[in-house]
Amino acid sequence: MSALWVAIVIVALANAAIKAAGPILAGGRELPPRVNAVIALLTPALLTALVITETFGEDGHLALDERALGVGVAAVAVMLRAPVLLAVVLAALATALARLLG
Amino acid sequence: MRNEAGRGSEGYLAGIRAGLPFALLAGVVAISFGALARSLGWGVLAPIMFSVITFSVAAQFAVAAVLGAGGGVFAAIAAAVLLNARFLPMGMAVAPFLEGGPLRRALEGQTILTTSWALASRGGGRFDRAFMIGATVPQYVAWTVGTAVGVLSHVVVGDVERLGLDVVFPAFFLALLMRELRSGGKRTIAATAIAAALAAALVPIAPPGVPVLGACGAALLGLKGRSS
Repeated sequence: MSALWVAIVIVALANAAIKAAGPILAGGRELPPRVNAVIALLTPALLTALVITETFGEDGHLALDERALGVGVAAVAVMLRAPVLLAVVLAALATALARLLG
Repeated sequence: MRNEAGRGSEGYLAGIRAGLPFALLAGVVAISFGALARSLGWGVLAPIMFSVITFSVAAQFAVAAVLGAGGGVFAAIAAAVLLNARFLPMGMAVAPFLEGGPLRRALEGQTILTTSWALASRGGGRFDRAFMIGATVPQYVAWTVGTAVGVLSHVVVGDVERLGLDVVFPAFFLALLMRELRSGGKRTIAATAIAAALAAALVPIAPPGVPVLGACGAALLGLKGRSS
């Protein structure tokens, strides 16, 4: 089997195992309240980390560029009660426009 | 928030509809992945199979990047696994809302995608299981079909970055985060601040994927006392 196929099969198996682990470990039974509190906070923590890494992360360093502008526009739109989809479209437009002009 | 979605097809259908815009995006990115894999000499079958059995944008591009740059199999696998390690905390977050025994939950867990998971979050740590499963369906179809189109046609899709499409994801996650912050208490705000600091601190020093995983440490704030 070529190196490529080894990588493909192992990544697929690892991916399936990772996705299975959470539901097996944390589902189907009553967990202590404190554990539930930790699990509930995973959602904002994960969302925050995704926003930070995808807005400012650039090949292993932090960068302030057109992405931050677009995400900032989305933040303002959401604060003004715009629907999520509109906020996302405005973000893409702002970033594309800034790149076009920049 | 209504929760009749656990029963009947209504929740799944709503999820499918919500997943459609992301399916469009997944299709475009998949065509790029297919074309990239073909240009790396992967042939036709391997990239398509990869998309069918893995369906992970980040992991698949990571494998292509590492192998394409002459890196070893182990480095490619490590990069992909680190990137997908986020599915562990995501799986734990949805776990209480999945149905059935361990096997059934493990299978339902396979439908976790970052976008579907976020779409299905209902604030305060709650999730709509049927919505998540439904949202994954069109994205999975678009991803596998798009990969095949890219592999077979060598189509070079317009520059994703020039169209600003790379900010779709952080903008979407931010919108959901702001909703979490509105519905959550002081502890949610504190966890968000800590997670932001952890992620920002880890980006320059840790390989891709680790900052997201490390930022989950902020959730340990839940161990401390009660209150929200």
